[in-house]
Amino acid sequence: MSETEENLPSERETAHEGAVVKAENPFADPGLPPHEHRVQDTDERAAKRSERAVAFLFLVSMLATVAFIASYVAIPIDKIVYIFPLGHISALNFALGLTLGVALFCIGAGAVHWARTLMSDEEVADERHPIAAAPEVKAKVLADFADGARESQFGRRKLIRNTMFGALALVPLSGVVLLRDLGPLPEKKLRTTGWKKGIRLVNQSTNLPLRPEDIAVGSLTFAKPEGLEESDEEFNEKIAKDALMLVRIQPQNIKDKQELAWSHEGIVAYSKICTHVGCPISLYEQQTHHVLCPCHQSTFDLSDGGRVIFGPAGHALPQLHITVKDGFLEAASGFAEPVGPSFWERG
Amino acid sequence: MSNETTATTARRGQAPRGERIADWADGRLGIYSLAKANMRKIFPDHWSFMLGEVALYSFIIIILTGVYLTLFFHPSMAEVTYHGSYVPMHGIKMTQAFESTLHISFDVRGGLLIRQIHHWAALVFLAAMMVHMMRVFFTGAFRKPREVNWLFGFLLFVLGMFTGFTGYSLPDDLLSGTGVRFIEGVILAMPLIGSYLQMFIFGGEFPGHDIIPRFFTIHVLLLPGIMLGLLVAHLILVIYHKHTQFPGAGKTNNNVVGMPLLPVYMAKAGGFFFLVFGVIAVIAAVASINPVWAIGPYRPDQVSTGAQPDWYMGFAEGLVRVMPGWEWNFWGHTINFGVLIPILVFPLVLVAIAVYPFVESWVRGDKREHHILDRPRNVPTRTAFGVAWLVAYFVMLIGGGNDLWATHFHLSINSITWFVRIAFFVGPVLAFIATKRICLGLQRRDKDKVLHGRESGIIKRLPHGEFIEVHEPLNQEQLHFLTQHEQPEPVELGPEVDENGVRRKLKRSQKLRAKLSKGYYGEDNVIPKPTVEEYKEITSGHGHH
Ligand code: HEM
Ligand code: FES
Repeated sequence: MSETEENLPSERETAHEGAVVKAENPFADPGLPPHEHRVQDTDERAAKRSERAVAFLFLVSMLATVAFIASYVAIPIDKIVYIFPLGHISALNFALGLTLGVALFCIGAGAVHWARTLMSDEEVADERHPIAAAPEVKAKVLADFADGARESQFGRRKLIRNTMFGALALVPLSGVVLLRDLGPLPEKKLRTTGWKKGIRLVNQSTNLPLRPEDIAVGSLTFAKPEGLEESDEEFNEKIAKDALMLVRIQPQNIKDKQELAWSHEGIVAYSKICTHVGCPISLYEQQTHHVLCPCHQSTFDLSDGGRVIFGPAGHALPQLHITVKDGFLEAASGFAEPVGPSFWERG
Repeated sequence: MSNETTATTARRGQAPRGERIADWADGRLGIYSLAKANMRKIFPDHWSFMLGEVALYSFIIIILTGVYLTLFFHPSMAEVTYHGSYVPMHGIKMTQAFESTLHISFDVRGGLLIRQIHHWAALVFLAAMMVHMMRVFFTGAFRKPREVNWLFGFLLFVLGMFTGFTGYSLPDDLLSGTGVRFIEGVILAMPLIGSYLQMFIFGGEFPGHDIIPRFFTIHVLLLPGIMLGLLVAHLILVIYHKHTQFPGAGKTNNNVVGMPLLPVYMAKAGGFFFLVFGVIAVIAAVASINPVWAIGPYRPDQVSTGAQPDWYMGFAEGLVRVMPGWEWNFWGHTINFGVLIPILVFPLVLVAIAVYPFVESWVRGDKREHHILDRPRNVPTRTAFGVAWLVAYFVMLIGGGNDLWATHFHLSINSITWFVRIAFFVGPVLAFIATKRICLGLQRRDKDKVLHGRESGIIKRLPHGEFIEVHEPLNQEQLHFLTQHEQPEPVELGPEVDENGVRRKLKRSQKLRAKLSKGYYGEDNVIPKPTVEEYKEITSGHGHH
């Protein structure tokens, strides 16, 4: 037995097509069952009905395409219609999608119906051949390869071989070097923010400097550093680190000593950027002073140093030390630690 | 002068136009030889073989609609102020990417439809690949010679996820921007190189102005290009190996039974493309997807609640959500295990299923080709492993939507998280045990059917008053179907000592293999199929109830 034949399981080799006498082996493969005719194969009237059904489907498809073009021309793009149960939707989108869908679907349905009712449905068998080559072929290939390798003198001339490997190994370095200008080096970028001593806190929604009395009990106020404007070129990069949230907590309810020291009359300012992977925190529960990040539900306790009390975040929210000058809230210093998700050099 | 011209001159004016064109092409491309091998190629029929087709067709739909979208989409993060026809957004600052997505949705007639078809087709594409992969897995279609094609398919699935993710990010809306921020956090969590990678990938600090154009190239060129290559290779291999078939009368490991490519399969498969396209078009007509105008443009300090990625990212999302926030600080460095572990587990779970074919063939010690599909019950350990894998996958999908479960079913996030954490480890084990039991039960039932026939539903009263149900014997076709599967012997370690009485050194891998092999094919893990002798003894009269 050759190697390739071994590759095919031999169990079924006895099971040739055609009936095997039942008495010998009742489990033997009885072979392909005889083909059964459909009505369409014997009754030309039934076949004609199928033909008409297929043609009808193709005809519907043509009409649907015409309707598609008509809708495209006739329906204004901003027309909104009420369609039950979908609600108020774009009339054009609805009409185009439906007509295109019907046009396509009917082609498919026609083709499949044609195949199922009119094309021959007789099952036939094809032979398989082992994928692996016959031993002679393999021997020939190996010999050819040996010839080629010998003629190249690749194995004999080691100097050529080694220098070629060296050259091929080095040349991709050029490509790697070229990637250097994809971006700047991190340097201190991830550690710095726009906050430093003396920068005023500006209300995100009104764009006015915040006074202590603006911070109401029970709500989150969002702030940005004074001087950062939405029209700035780098606004997004800056706000991604500088975004701040403020809440007012009864000072006696602040559990963390440093938090109390960095607050002003119970007003505390925390980075709004979640320390997990950087989503902005947006939900505040006033009884517990918990804030929740909507992305992966990390929960922080703003009355206890921004400690993580639930969820995948790995460390507390950074607090900004604030004070009041001339009646306005301002930073008493920059953030003491990097804001946002942690990174290797964060420490 | 070539043969072709002589042939045509000889029959000038006689050969039909089509034939002359074919002759021309054959003289240059050799199409007749190609057609000889393939035109009447046999394809077996089964509903589950259409799953791969759905994936193929949705990929084609994605490419067609994607190319259309590139005609209007501006992959730029330059800031603009909106003045287009969607009035509620007037005066709002946004990137050109977002603006052009609004433009496609509100100013290009049919643009919204194409956008929605593109997105719906992406969801269908990934779902179809996943279900197709499961079909291949549970029927053992990945066995020799198809292991390489299994890997191609697996790569398509993984690349499909990334293509989907990068596409989802392109419109630069609040939801997708949040997803990109997530990627930034993941990159930063990489030890040693994280912050460098982050700067290089984003071209500076998050979000910068480069990420959308870079994702665009990846989304429309790099990944689809690779996928197209893999897809063609995948299909060539399907044709080359010839399709597997389910067991049945007349079907052997050496043949393939079905209908020819021309005309039946061509009509069915070609028609099926239009069916899939038609259905997706109708879905896009009636079901809105990713209405970016309701979400708004991305700003790093804003977020919408209930943020959810597309379903195929739910598994990774779940891992990230339920992982405890472990972080380790030492010598001025931080390792963020809370993010790092999920993104390592994610590929590991995927790789576990990818390498499975190689593990199984090693355990079985089998080097033969297999073209007859397994019925899942006949390979209980494999089936149980597959179900366990699926359970792990879907448990994490629940974790990925923990906030939705919480709000819809009024559960606490905390309990859902703990449920997912425990179920991720316990669920697969229970599923494994249960599936194996069920498979063995089904094998037992098959055996009963073979030996005692099928319950006919007819009740007969015996002379002494007892009622019995008449059992109908199976015909040969059914007997063959229920007994054709192989039941391999577990691999043996051989004697402990060799012929000279010296203790043989067994490698640990050999021991492991013998152990696994027993878990697959050992006594407790298979119901021996009925033998011809058993059958004959029972049917010759003694076996009656
Ligand atoms: C192969 C798998 C692909 C998948 C899974 C995929 C998936 C997606 C998804 C989910 C979106 C978001 C659409 C939205 O809701 O706005 C998208 C956007 C987009 N895709 Fe693809 N896509 C694929 C291939 C392609 C190809 C081949 C092209 C072009 C040649 C393309 C071009 C685009 C463009 C231009 C957009 C942005 C348009 C917009 O957001 O309005 N995609 N893709
Ligand atoms: S980003 Fe806040 S929990 Fe993940």
